[in-house]
Amino acid sequence: MNPRKNSEYMSPLPPTQNNPAVLIDSLRVNRGATKVFTDLNLVIPRGNITGVLGPSGSGKTTLLRAIVGVQRIQGGTVSVLGQPAGNAALRHRIGYATQEASVYPDLTVIQNLHYFAHILNVSRTDVDRVIEAVDLQGQIHQGVSSLSGGQRSRVSLAVAMLGNPDLLVLDEPTVGLDPVLRADLWNLFRELASNGTTLIISSHVMDEAMRCDHLLLLRNGCLVAQTTPAGLLTETEQDNPEDAFLALIRREER
Amino acid sequence: MTYHRTFATTTRVLRQLIRDHRSLVLLLVMPSALVGLFAWIFSDQKMVFQSFGAPILVLFPFILMFVVTSVTTLRERRTGTLERLMTTPLGKGDFIGGYAIAFGLIASLQAIITVAFAVWVCGLDVAGPVWGLGIVAIGNALLGTSLGLLASAFAHTEFQAVQFMPMISFPQVLLGGFLMPREKMPDTLHTISNWLPLSYAVDAINGVTRGESWTYIAGKLGIVLGFALVAIVLASLTLKRQTN
Repeated sequence: MNPRKNSEYMSPLPPTQNNPAVLIDSLRVNRGATKVFTDLNLVIPRGNITGVLGPSGSGKTTLLRAIVGVQRIQGGTVSVLGQPAGNAALRHRIGYATQEASVYPDLTVIQNLHYFAHILNVSRTDVDRVIEAVDLQGQIHQGVSSLSGGQRSRVSLAVAMLGNPDLLVLDEPTVGLDPVLRADLWNLFRELASNGTTLIISSHVMDEAMRCDHLLLLRNGCLVAQTTPAGLLTETEQDNPEDAFLALIRREER
Repeated sequence: MTYHRTFATTTRVLRQLIRDHRSLVLLLVMPSALVGLFAWIFSDQKMVFQSFGAPILVLFPFILMFVVTSVTTLRERRTGTLERLMTTPLGKGDFIGGYAIAFGLIASLQAIITVAFAVWVCGLDVAGPVWGLGIVAIGNALLGTSLGLLASAFAHTEFQAVQFMPMISFPQVLLGGFLMPREKMPDTLHTISNWLPLSYAVDAINGVTRGESWTYIAGKLGIVLGFALVAIVLASLTLKRQTN
């Protein structure tokens, strides 16, 4: 399966392509005996929301790990904000939240944020800002282990937002949230993007595709499509993203 | 490595411990309880407690700190917080150093309580100064902490980490001079014991109870701390920003 053969579904790159947020060239990644990516190529533009969509096991998390620079790679290059992924200069510029809330369950919300604020050298006012952004003002002195799953993932998101990073990489930030909260978070993501932050957000819920500016559709470690929500629907002549994704896979299999 | 990040990590680890009351009480009180039990068993044979009581003072902090450290750092590897930290400016030395200082402080507190209990409640006789026992116990707790940090790099689960404890400590207990003086062991075993850090900890603490010179004790303790330092450096080196 060569991802390049799908080029007919690839929309023309946005005008920011000269200075993309992420540029991946012939990336090869093995995790244990599994070959996750054999030859992955993609571009993520700056300053808006790119959705990484695909079923569980399609390589979304590995892709995000490669972008934030914690994934050991076997070949190819990953360049992020003009630097090789994992470069020390990027450590102040990237916010990352893993799929499970990567915060300390045995600390309170505010203790978690203060610790990461120290590490990133950001002020306490910034801590207040991110708490307000994720709407956790009422829970700051509560232990993270006593929070609901949704609240916990918002603590994790707040940590990622500390210091206003240029790039936010969020692995399934809305999983398990109720629809109201999910809509709130997407409004927050939109607001961050309009202030110039680049967001890369993975999801296995195809409906969330429609809220993104750009889409990367992954399946079995291959890029099925690199497109926009509107492009996805028109190219496949479908009226919802779920069917559009199915249509793409069927075309690919033919 | 930056001081404020190391210090922030130390504070965070201590906060985690302080919020976990049960673990904190176990850490601080359990060694004393075990020393008390040991003294009680041999209450009719005072000589046994006098000759084995002091080595036990270095054994408990070593084993406890080894288990606590390896399990805690492993939990950090498994919950994604370490992965997140590795994307931040936190240095690997900050992480390991932060843990080592935090657990070193807890270990010192534990050592002070245990030594005080052994000497003033159980009646352990020391020819040298009592605080000499405390210093050796702290040094040994640091050894347990640093070996625990190193061991956590080689374990994939908490279950494995816990099983490293007997693997690391039992041979050292058998060969380190707890059960019989090292000089009386077969030559091969005596030579092996010369390469184990716990042997020097036992030498040091027996030196204090016998009232040996400070140069003798400091020399032995220096070797223990040397092992601890090497383990800490190796632990920082085995910590990788990129994983599979």
